[in-house]
Amino acid sequence: MDHGEKRLMDKSQESLFVRLIPFFERYGILLLILIMIAVLHLLQPDVFLSWRNVTNIFKQVSWQSMLALGVFMVIVTAGIDLSVGSIIMLSLMGLAIASKAGMPWYVVMLVAPAIGFLCGMFNGIGITLLRMPHPFIMTLGTLYIFRGIGNLISGGVPITGFAEQIRVIGNGKIKLDAFFGEGAREYIPTSLILMIVIFFIFWVFLNHTRIGKWIYAIGGNPGAARAAGINVDRILIVVYTLCGFLAGIGGLILAGRTNSAYPNAGLQSELDAIAAVIIGGASFFGGRGTVLGVFAGVMIMGILRNGLNLMNVSVFWQQVLIGSIIILAVYIDVLRRQLATRT
Amino acid sequence: MSDNLVLEAKSVSKFFGTITALQNVDLHLNKGEVLGVVGDNGAGKSTLMKVLSGLYKPSEGSLFFDKEKVSLNSPRDSQNLGLEMVYQDLALAGNLPIGDNIFLGREPTRKVGPFNFLDHKKRKQLTEEHLAKLKINVKSADQKVEELSGGQRQAVAIARATAFNAKIVLMDEPTAALAVKEVGKVLDLILNLKKLGVSVIVISHRMDDIFTVCDRVMALFQGTNFAESELKNTSRDEVIGWIMGKKD
Repeated sequence: MDHGEKRLMDKSQESLFVRLIPFFERYGILLLILIMIAVLHLLQPDVFLSWRNVTNIFKQVSWQSMLALGVFMVIVTAGIDLSVGSIIMLSLMGLAIASKAGMPWYVVMLVAPAIGFLCGMFNGIGITLLRMPHPFIMTLGTLYIFRGIGNLISGGVPITGFAEQIRVIGNGKIKLDAFFGEGAREYIPTSLILMIVIFFIFWVFLNHTRIGKWIYAIGGNPGAARAAGINVDRILIVVYTLCGFLAGIGGLILAGRTNSAYPNAGLQSELDAIAAVIIGGASFFGGRGTVLGVFAGVMIMGILRNGLNLMNVSVFWQQVLIGSIIILAVYIDVLRRQLATRT
Repeated sequence: MSDNLVLEAKSVSKFFGTITALQNVDLHLNKGEVLGVVGDNGAGKSTLMKVLSGLYKPSEGSLFFDKEKVSLNSPRDSQNLGLEMVYQDLALAGNLPIGDNIFLGREPTRKVGPFNFLDHKKRKQLTEEHLAKLKINVKSADQKVEELSGGQRQAVAIARATAFNAKIVLMDEPTAALAVKEVGKVLDLILNLKKLGVSVIVISHRMDDIFTVCDRVMALFQGTNFAESELKNTSRDEVIGWIMGKKD
């Protein structure tokens, strides 16, 4: 085969690959989840897809997904929030103290999201009005501050025992007797419903409202957003406040799930959140990513951890694997972009 | 002066501390007219445009829109009077589709209960209509701006500026960043605007641009009016001379 012929063939092969790119861009991550499920099912045929294990995965990811969703919005604006793990702990402690003080359950329930809201607003105001050079620095500071305050108010000891209404949020079961007959063991976790509702609300917010559109515009080109008359600082404050608010909801779910507030709650979970967002296809440089992608990223992390635990893979190997997947996910994105610009 | 006057600046001066950027500059623009503004770097072209768009307040002198004296406090004010500026750095968000860029900050919405949601259908329809009106060819209104060529991006920036029935469009070096083959399309677009009755002020270094689209050309030199002529009464060499401060 002469040189010219070879080049022609390469080109046709490439164009087929290039034609498949949009397909993989949209559905590749779902494909990856299906493959993971299939492999884990084959490795653990009786356990992995059991009702008990699947609901367990959802219960585990439900509070983590709140952090990922908030951090996702921040990353879309080309920012970062390192403090969400500490916000979840501080809101959990605040909730526990309110509960211990004997406040009624509906007040206790509001405490965690309210604390998250205020923490997020503090981040947003620091980044915009105080002109901090980068959100990394502001939220690195508050990562220490919020956890420090959480330990100060609680005395650094765990607080346990919450009202039934709080526990339902993280651990509640919606019985499926109607489908499986009286006394059936199958159920849907309350936290899964809550997670789906919140993801849907934020999907609407980001895709079907003007502020949602502006969040993407700020990530794409803040100068263009300003020239279009958008108050960029105000939108950024809204985004960081919502991120904190979601972390507070995460704190509420975690409170219900564990029935306790403990000093190490949410430790390093900000990194898991960032990982889920990146695996879900959002660009670290802003302006790109979808709510569905975040959901997928969270599920990949959750399924992977769960599957590896079932197979008794050591935590250390899990760390190595998750780190590798982050790098691989971003590298695939880099390759994709190279191909897209070449054509 | 004709009855078609849409914009006039009378003896506008702008001082930055001890520096004089503009000194008693006059400018007028008629309906459907394309005015070229030329001058060397630092001649005051950009300062004059920023005064006209309301970004700078003039130190002295006055502005008239449709023969009425106005005082502009921000670009918002000039936009409300029907003047739009196309920025040199384009001011587009590459990650968003064409339609989103054209309507950024002014998105059509529809009310559902107490909430306002984006009206995607209406935006798409308005975008397609507007692009067709300006004879801008793109694959789809949903194409992301980062996938477009420089000339197409410039066209989108101009489409954005004119989407809300602008009467006056200011363009700062609209062809400076373009490949040669794309310059013609942008110039055609400017002529299209003229046909639609829009008045345009073009700042450009390129004599080809000036002599293709302009009806009239004025030269600034060291912050003052230096020369002005109907295009048909001048030549490239003469205009180039003006830029360098030479007059016969």
